[in-house]
Amino acid sequence: MGELAVFIVLAVLTLVPAAVVVTTGNLVRAAMSLIPSFLGVTGLFVLLQAEFVAGIQILIYAGAIAVLILFVIMLTQGGTGLSIRQVNEQRLVGLLVAGGLAVALGVMLVRTPWPRSAGTLPASNVAAVGNAFLTDFILAFEISSLVLLASLVGALVIARREQ
Amino acid sequence: MFWFLEILKATLAAIAVFTFLAVVGAMLGVYLERKISGWMQSRLGPKHVGPQGLLQTVADTVKLLQKENIIPANADALTFNIAPLMAVVAGLLAWVIIPFGPAFGRIVVARDINIGLLFFIAMGSLIVIAVLLGGWSSNNKYSLLGGFRSASQMISYEIPLALAVMVPIMMAGTLSTVGIVGIQQGGFLGVGNWLIFGGPFPWWMTIVTVPAFVMFLTAAMAEVNRVPFDLPEAESELVAGYFSEYTGMRFALFQLGEYAESFAMAGLAAVLFLGGWHGPGLPGIVWFVLKLFALVFVLMWVRWTYPRLRLDQLLNLSWKGLVPLGFVLVLVTGWLLV
Repeated sequence: MGELAVFIVLAVLTLVPAAVVVTTGNLVRAAMSLIPSFLGVTGLFVLLQAEFVAGIQILIYAGAIAVLILFVIMLTQGGTGLSIRQVNEQRLVGLLVAGGLAVALGVMLVRTPWPRSAGTLPASNVAAVGNAFLTDFILAFEISSLVLLASLVGALVIARREQ
Repeated sequence: MFWFLEILKATLAAIAVFTFLAVVGAMLGVYLERKISGWMQSRLGPKHVGPQGLLQTVADTVKLLQKENIIPANADALTFNIAPLMAVVAGLLAWVIIPFGPAFGRIVVARDINIGLLFFIAMGSLIVIAVLLGGWSSNNKYSLLGGFRSASQMISYEIPLALAVMVPIMMAGTLSTVGIVGIQQGGFLGVGNWLIFGGPFPWWMTIVTVPAFVMFLTAAMAEVNRVPFDLPEAESELVAGYFSEYTGMRFALFQLGEYAESFAMAGLAAVLFLGGWHGPGLPGIVWFVLKLFALVFVLMWVRWTYPRLRLDQLLNLSWKGLVPLGFVLVLVTGWLLV
């Protein structure tokens, strides 16, 4: 009963700002509305007892990706004020694509046999994730580190060349 | 009905912690800052308001409350109002995981989250958004520049902060602050097991814990925009940086957020490296408060000792100095612990 109430509150907190993100014409408002959406997802992770992922969600999404988006908007809008409002001339096409995707996802959700009982939680979330990274998923871990390094070097090269 | 009671308990604990911090952190902290900086500069600090000037901050708060709240003409009003609120809430939420000591049979901490330190660093990274939004929404080039500089300084120093915090985490094997204090009890004369003296490991562990402590304090000073890292707020360069256009209570809220965060950083350093509430003789909470205020005094002492760093010197210190040092520390700690 309490879990359902919390889930509804968190779902509203996630979905309403997400709707604002895609419908508002003000770019900075859109970027700002991402943050309560990310915090709602954090709450949902905590509800699923995945605390480590919840902490990382705030740290990375709200603390780094939102900051990155805000930096980009503020640095490329000419400094102060918003001269360009976002307009959308393809609402019908967008609606059709989103509707099609929603139908596909709905069909997939309904047809998947979800397991009824939850698995067992590991004793320590962080230790379990760490162990998984270094034993079962080490290839994905190392490749994503290399991708991040490549993007970091690429950003530095691009920034340097503009001088 | 238990979930309702839990939410009520959590809300009351949050209100208690925030009120305590608003009184201690803001009022006492500002008073101490002015008095101590006065003594270091061979002058007396505030003396007139109340006995020994103790009511100075109360007088300042009353003055700020009655100031007119000006919103600049073309500013985005919603963002302008939200930014100081976000700064204060994130700065105060960082206090949730700091344990004060044992009292009435249990440890006094708002919530001992088992990912406590990750939560603390996440709150530090939320303040960056508040600073950016505050600087941008003022519709003022100097505020915008101050906001960018402050935000880039804060995100540059998040990495050394996290790396310095890695060392106690690896030594304790847990992200929970109560757990990290737990391994520091006992020891020689009651202080021997503090992590800055090597913890429960032999003395050569100090080769990693002492640099980690210094790195944590440096990164903490840069995270809260204190001198020598306060270029974004320097009056001679940027008027007042990202909060130039804020008047009255909103200005006070930004300052409150900064002070709460700097006290939280000092408190976390005491918990991680100086043994939290452990010590010979005195009760735990007294030891914790003593360590907290000793570290706050060190922060103020550094403020009046070093000149202000230029922005490129500041960022070079982080990226070329502290980040490689942090990586080396983590590697050496891992090697020493095995």
